[in-house]
Order: sequence, then structure tokens, then C-alpha cells
Amino acid sequence: MPEIRRLLARAGVADPESLEAYRSLRGYEALTRATERGPAWVLSELEASGLLGRGGAAFPAGRKWRAVAEAGGRRRVVCNADESEPGTFKDRVLMEEDPFAVVEAMTIAGLTVGAEDGLIYVRGEYRLAATRLRQAIDQAERAGLLGADAAGTGRAFRIRVFRGAGAYICGEETALFNSVEGRRGEPRNKPPFPTQAGLFGDPTLVNNVETLCNVPVVLREGASGFRRYGTERSTGTKLWCVSGHVERPGLYEVPFGTTLGELLELAGGVWRGRRLQAVLCGGAAGTFLGPDRLDLPLTFEDLRTAGGTVGSGAVIVLDETASLWDVVLRVARFFQEESCGQCVPCRVGTQRQLEIVGRLASGRARPEDPQLLADIGAAMTDASICGLGQTAAGAVLSALTLQPLVPPSNSRGKGAQRAARGRPGESV
Amino acid sequence: MSIGIEVDGRALEADEGMTILQALRRAGMDAPTLCYHPNLTPVNVCRACVVEVEGSRALVPSCSRRVEPGMRIRTDTGRVRRARKVVLELLASSVDTSTAPELAAHVAAYQGDPARFGSDAVRVDEPLRDDNDLYVRDYAKCILCYKCVEACGEDAQYTFALAVAGRGFAARIETGADAPLLESRCVFCGNCVAVCPTGALMPLIEHRMRQAGEWDPSRQHVAETICPYCGVGCALELHVQDNRIVKVTSPADHDVTRGHLCVKGRFGFTYVHPDPPSR
Repeated sequence: MPEIRRLLARAGVADPESLEAYRSLRGYEALTRATERGPAWVLSELEASGLLGRGGAAFPAGRKWRAVAEAGGRRRVVCNADESEPGTFKDRVLMEEDPFAVVEAMTIAGLTVGAEDGLIYVRGEYRLAATRLRQAIDQAERAGLLGADAAGTGRAFRIRVFRGAGAYICGEETALFNSVEGRRGEPRNKPPFPTQAGLFGDPTLVNNVETLCNVPVVLREGASGFRRYGTERSTGTKLWCVSGHVERPGLYEVPFGTTLGELLELAGGVWRGRRLQAVLCGGAAGTFLGPDRLDLPLTFEDLRTAGGTVGSGAVIVLDETASLWDVVLRVARFFQEESCGQCVPCRVGTQRQLEIVGRLASGRARPEDPQLLADIGAAMTDASICGLGQTAAGAVLSALTLQPLVPPSNSRGKGAQRAARGRPGESV
Repeated sequence: MSIGIEVDGRALEADEGMTILQALRRAGMDAPTLCYHPNLTPVNVCRACVVEVEGSRALVPSCSRRVEPGMRIRTDTGRVRRARKVVLELLASSVDTSTAPELAAHVAAYQGDPARFGSDAVRVDEPLRDDNDLYVRDYAKCILCYKCVEACGEDAQYTFALAVAGRGFAARIETGADAPLLESRCVFCGNCVAVCPTGALMPLIEHRMRQAGEWDPSRQHVAETICPYCGVGCALELHVQDNRIVKVTSPADHDVTRGHLCVKGRFGFTYVHPDPPSR
């Protein structure tokens, strides 16, 4: 299946610092249509498009927009641009190469749900993205597309850029609110959901960058045009961040339903003609897929059936020479370091998981270890407050089902041994 | 208003606005709790009280989730038991539980085996902080239930001397740059001590007596009185061992105090004895 350039139509083509360049490539067409036809039309197109959130939870975007539009009082729009999932760089490319698309989509969101305040929470390390977004906002304000009379609608909508400070947990939407409010970056209990009580307690629409960038496409092409790509339940195209042992790592836009094997072919296949060992699909919060899964169509539904997830859209490829358990160890260490520490299953579970994976990675596994990992994984998945803890065991447990091509005892092991001994918070 | 819910297949009446835990307890059922306290806002962090609610993907903390009409709840499934057991094991494997009878009882009730993570499992390693005349802080016993933070802050004292700092397994209760209590904003009301479920916060007298092997609840009785210091009328429970006051608490259900006291009521009793056993 061929590569599509719909979300990436302007990336690398148009000058990302020029509103004129954006407009010359169909920029702001969607906002014009949205203001001509009104919020009811936007909501119905969005619902009919079947667009699902691209931040990892796959929530129907139209339903979320409608919930905020129907909420009372002051409402807010937040773009979650705290892209921190390992191996994920799709939102970064969108923000750096097509910042006006984010701004246009947020303007549509604000005018549709009745919000006057928009906020983009950008990962702290994404300096260029933040700069480009600010430039785009400035230009849009000068052109009357944002401000007291946004796009000539007589209604106000403004966007500000907020830079995170480097915590993975702050990409969790309610921890993100706490971070903006000056509180400790800890997730809140749900319910209430952000659509009911979000940023500063107001009903809040939170969307991922890629989700938002799909909105102008939906409104330009219409719901049926949008559905030209993808499957019945996974509509449109998807950005996949392919990294690791492939010939051409990078960002690939393909229709949902493209198989894992086809995606890897686009990236030039496993590099140096080597054999595929595994793919970590969905990021650290995703799962490993073995080489027997190359025919798996990459859709929300097929991945869920296979026990996996679309997650963040990261596809990390490991060839036959990779030490699988060293990679798993990095994943376990990542969660141990990034857990906020609020709830017990995640705070202690990620620590115990790291210790046990450290044993497996250095060939010192104990007979009870697989059972321990299963129990810890079940408790984290079932009883953690937020998505971090609920997904922290997915990659580890899926790795147990694979056949490592490099025996653990041969692994470089130093990091593994230190991790197993490790002190809390110690970077190993 | 009364609403109907179903728990383990049994129809129950609950009041609107009640939490699942309150509904369970009123019906004579229960769930293990550690971070829950009747006079503090539920923070639902310990996750020991989780239950299954039909329609929810993950388990739900019963201490904070409010009942909804027609809610179908299960407290007795394998998923619930497994999550509770592992949560309790994880906690007990990471801290010193020697003065946490509640936690130990929950672990036993769920047949938990905290030792199964191995003798080399990393534990919370913190020195005893014995830096003032009134109470000690032993964070090697701390399960991060947030109760002290809440009692110090918006739920009682509005002093905000305590907060959580650090993250993950390295998260700790903090006074700010680990300042000794006398240099912190602490006003020594001891309301944090009163709500601590594990003895991580302990009055100095009790700590000294435990170290000397003299602390013996079986020789203690409680005398109820009213605090003599001012006109508020706080109810006091004087814990008396061998005719000496060794600790003061206030009942959590008392209208005036809700279990909270000030520094005088909680710690200002040593004048009763000519040679106080503290310092």
C-alpha cells in the first residue's frame, strides 16, 4: 500500500513560518467552511468521520467535542503536545513543519465548542515546535484569525503556548491540567472527566496534535472523503514513527489497514538484510509483536484483538542481533523513572518490575519471576489511577511470549545488574 | 434521595452522593482501606479498596467513587482479590510495617506474601528524623497515603508544611529541601501524627517508650476529658499507662475537633507529671 501525504501534505513543502504558504496549500479552507456552516455541521461531520483520538486512548473525537459543546459555562480547548512516548516523533514533525494546521484546528475547536481560551502544552524539549507555534499564533492574530474577533465570527478565541518541564506523566491529560495550574504533576481521579471538569475546573476539550490535524482534513474533504482511507472502524490515515533496525527510519503516513509488513517495507525493510526479531508497537506503553505478525493490519480493532495497541504510533524495530531483554529493561526502567509515585500499584509495581526484568536481562531469572511479573502486571493494569500504570506492564508481559534470538545471559548485562540492585530513582 | 445499586448480586439502597465504600459499610460489607480517613478528602492512592464496577475497564476505588443509580458492583471477583492482594504485598515489601497493624492485618487477610519479591527487593530507605521535642518522622514506614499532607493542608490545619516531593519510588513526604521541622512551617499541631496509619509519624514519648520496650497498650486505658487550655472545648482522650499520660488523641467523630487538635491539646500535657519521661 502506498504512502499517503494528507496530514503531511505541507510538511517539508511549505515554509512553516509563512501564513501565506500555508494558505496557498489549502490552509484555512476548513476554518472558512466551519464558520460558514456553523458548529452543528462541524460536530456532525466529525462524528460521521469516525475520527478516533490519536493520543493513545482512541476515544471518538466527535463525541468528545459534542460533550464540551453541550457543557455549560466557561469552556477551554487544550492541545496535548507533550509527546513523550519513547520512539514517538509524529507530533513534533506536525508542529515544526505545519504549525498553522494545529492553530487552525484549535481555532475550529474553540469556535465549535464555545471556548475562548486555547492552550498548547508542548513538551519542554520541543523548543523549535514551541517557537514555530508561537510564530504561527502571532501571524494568525495579526491576520485576524485569532483574537477578540476570531476569523470575523464576532467571537473571541486565543491560544497560548505552555512548555512542559520534562515529565512523561504530564502528558496524561489530568496531570497536564495540574501542571498548568502550578500543582504537582499527578493525574486526577476520573470521573469527573475533562469534558466535565478539566483545566481550572472548566469543561475542557483535550486533543492530541495528530487528532487535531485530522480535523481540517475532515472538514475539507467531508466525512465520506475522509473515510476514503482506512477501515470502517479505523478511519483515515495514521502517522507511524518507524525507528530502530530498518533501512529508512522516519515518519510514514499510511491508511489504517496497512499491514505491519507493508509499513516495514516502506521503511526499506529490516536493515542489512537481517532477520526481524520483534517490533515494539505503540511505544513503551505498547506491546511487542513477533515476526509472525507481519500480516497484521494496523488498525485499532486488529491491534486490540492481537493484544496490542496503536498507542502513540511508535514502531520500534529490533533485528536478530538485538538483545530483547536489554530493550525490555530500558522500557521497565523508563516506567520506574517516570511513575509519579501517587498510587501504590504503579509506584511500587514499576520498581519491582524493573528489579525482576533486571534479573531476566542478566540471565539470573528465578523460577517465580514470570508469575511475579504477571501478578504485578495485573495489579498495575487493573488498579492504577491512570494510563501510565495501566500500560506499564504491557511491553514486559508481551516480551515473555516471544522467543529471544539473543540469549539473556549473553546480554551486555551491566545495566541489568545495576538495575536489579538499583536504588530508587537511580538512573542506570 | 435513595438510589438502588447492586453489590455482589445483592440489591442495596444507598443515598445519593454516597461513596461505594460508605454504601458497603452501611450494608455491613467492607473493603480494606489505608489512605481513607472519614474526615479527609479521599485521595484514592492506596488502591486497596478497589472494586469492579460494570462498564468500567479498570477497577474503581470504592473510597472516592460515588454511587450511581443501577450501579452494579462486585467486591468478590478474582480480579479484585488479586489486585488487592498484590497492592498490599507491594506495600508491605517496600516499607517497615512493624508499627502498622492495619496494613499487616490486611496482608494476612488476603494471604499476601510480601517476601516473594525476594530479600533483595529495594525498600524505602530513610533515616529516622528525630529533630524536635514533640514527634519523630520515620519515612521508612511511610506508605505515602497523603493523609498527613491533607491534614496539614486543606482538610484541617491550612499550614501546608508538608507536601510530596520526588517521583516514583523515590517520592517522599517533604518539608521543603528536607528542612528540620523547627525550620519548616510546621506548627506542631500533630494532626499529621493523628492520621498516620503506619506509625511513620509518632509522638516522641511513644517513640522513646517503644525503643525502651516500655510501650504496652495492654496496660493503657483511655480517660476522656475536655482540653483545659481555652474555651473551644476540644474533646481529649488521655492514653494513660501506669498512671502517666503517654499520648493524647481526640475522637474522629467529635463535633468540635473531628479528631484534630492544636499543639497545646495534643502535646501540652507533660506538666501533669513532675518528671516527664520525654527529654
